[in-house]
Amino acid sequence: MTVPASPTPSETSAETAICARGIVRDFQAGQSTIRVLHGIDTDIRSGEMTFVVGESGSGKTTLISIMCGILWPTEGEVKVFGTDIYKLSDTELVNFRLENIGFIFQQYNLIPSIDAAANAAVPLIAKGMEIEEAREKAKELLDKLNIGDQAEKLPNQLSGGQQQRVAIARALVHEPRLVVCDEPTAALDASSGRRVMDLLREVAVAKDRACIIVTHDNRIFDLADRILVLEDGVVTHDGTEMPDGH
Amino acid sequence: MLWIAIRMLTGDAQKFYGLLFGIAFSTLLITQQLTIFVNLIERGASGVYNAPEAEIWVMDPVSRTTDVSYAMPSTALDEVRSVPGVEWAVPHLRSAASVRTKEGDLEQVAIIGVDDATLIGLPQNLVEGSKQALQQPDTVIIDDGGLFNMFGPGADVMGERLELNDQRAVIRGVADSIPAFTSTAVLYTKYSRALNFVPGTRNRLSFVLVGVSDGLTAGEVAARIEEQTGLKAETRDEFAEAGVNFIIENTGIPTNFGITVILGFVVGVAIVGLTFSLFIRDNIRQFGALKAIGVTNMKIVRMVAVQAGMVGAIGYALGVMGTAIFLWSFSGNPFFKGFYIPWQIPLISMGAVILILAITGWLALRSVLSTEPASVFR
Repeated sequence: MTVPASPTPSETSAETAICARGIVRDFQAGQSTIRVLHGIDTDIRSGEMTFVVGESGSGKTTLISIMCGILWPTEGEVKVFGTDIYKLSDTELVNFRLENIGFIFQQYNLIPSIDAAANAAVPLIAKGMEIEEAREKAKELLDKLNIGDQAEKLPNQLSGGQQQRVAIARALVHEPRLVVCDEPTAALDASSGRRVMDLLREVAVAKDRACIIVTHDNRIFDLADRILVLEDGVVTHDGTEMPDGH
Repeated sequence: MLWIAIRMLTGDAQKFYGLLFGIAFSTLLITQQLTIFVNLIERGASGVYNAPEAEIWVMDPVSRTTDVSYAMPSTALDEVRSVPGVEWAVPHLRSAASVRTKEGDLEQVAIIGVDDATLIGLPQNLVEGSKQALQQPDTVIIDDGGLFNMFGPGADVMGERLELNDQRAVIRGVADSIPAFTSTAVLYTKYSRALNFVPGTRNRLSFVLVGVSDGLTAGEVAARIEEQTGLKAETRDEFAEAGVNFIIENTGIPTNFGITVILGFVVGVAIVGLTFSLFIRDNIRQFGALKAIGVTNMKIVRMVAVQAGMVGAIGYALGVMGTAIFLWSFSGNPFFKGFYIPWQIPLISMGAVILILAITGWLALRSVLSTEPASVFR
């Protein structure tokens, strides 16, 4: 059964990581304007692994891009941990992301010429930490992710699953309060994908941390605490399980 | 982040070396061509530098350089000597002549007649022989560049007989001189003997070389000479500059070298621009990811600036070293004798490199800065 996507969220509370209201996003395509998101209201809560699912073109990537402060909405407001992020200046917003958000990209986007430890340490280095200190901290996390022995290897010497773990380490090394993952299992086979997701649940989900995952990989839907289904820029389902027929 | 920027650059060996090659090649072309140009046009003043005692050169008003002169009557020497402030004045003859060597080859040479008594006008140092040998009959002293060109490297020419304008001449010395612009062999001899070697015309005195009395400047005395004799008198520096300017104004050399220098710059922009753009394009997702993670545009600009600076510094050093090695490896060739890199030239090529990197870096940065962080999710 499809549930209308209009939870009447309360004001931003302690457990609410993201509070999005009236999110509209238009894109220009030549002379015409295409509306990708149609006034979305939703909350993302800490301590949960929230999946955003939907067909290609449904607006899920646009929605999480807006939620994590890398794409301006045409209308609406987004509060992340109580901060209205689109009222921040450009520099403040960049620093906010650096302090509060960890990203895991579908293509990993690791820097090919630096080793796994340095890749995982990038957010710490960006924050100004000394390289060796940052690498040591990243190595500890790589150990936790069971690829400590690969820390000195370059990305092209690692398998897809190992690269994804390095990307996870990079997303978590600076202990962000929000982790955003884009199709984390898309480039992995079923078993690797499952292992990565188990790992992600283990390390990324915490009481004071929210985790949003954009995916259309139905092999992992059962790992979600909450699932938002987007169709044509509208949230058509908000629940703990996938609706029937999907 | 700068460490990451450098690792990103050096990690892509192909593009890193491509960028280095572009900058080094540009620097080499610009530095080497400008060096050759400057040294070559300075050869226009070699005649002046080879007669270091002369503080003033006096000549017919239409004469322009040591090689482009109009002969004066011999009385000009006495007129100059009568000017107050002239410490000494000696005759100086410069003319062209033909030489037939022992092998029967015909060579065009320059004859320089120096003062019989003082030998003023002769280069200060000889590689072989002594200046006093000029007192012997038929003696000429050949310049070392001319020796190389006429007889080949390392030839023993002491005592070699030449047929100079149908007269006998014997080489009894080799002068250590700055080569002439034309690379023509130069034969130094006494003024009185030079008059015999050069076909007779009424006037054959090319220049009067003048020394200035103590307490006066060359400029003051030159002005007095001009006023009193109606001849043209130039100080050593003025006449050297006139020789350089003559080449600049009357040859296509500046244009040709200018074109090569511009080509060096354009090639640099093309190679570096293309390689840098490819490098940025290949790493655009990484830059986008960094921006999403929380690296500011200013830090990205600094990263690209460090990458450009590193490539520029190493490439520039290689290019200047290449020029130095080039000059060193050709130092045995008389054409390159005395060649040096004026300090201004490395500064000019450094400016060119900075400009190349500024243009290409800016072009590359535009795509990085315009990349939306959200693009990494697409």
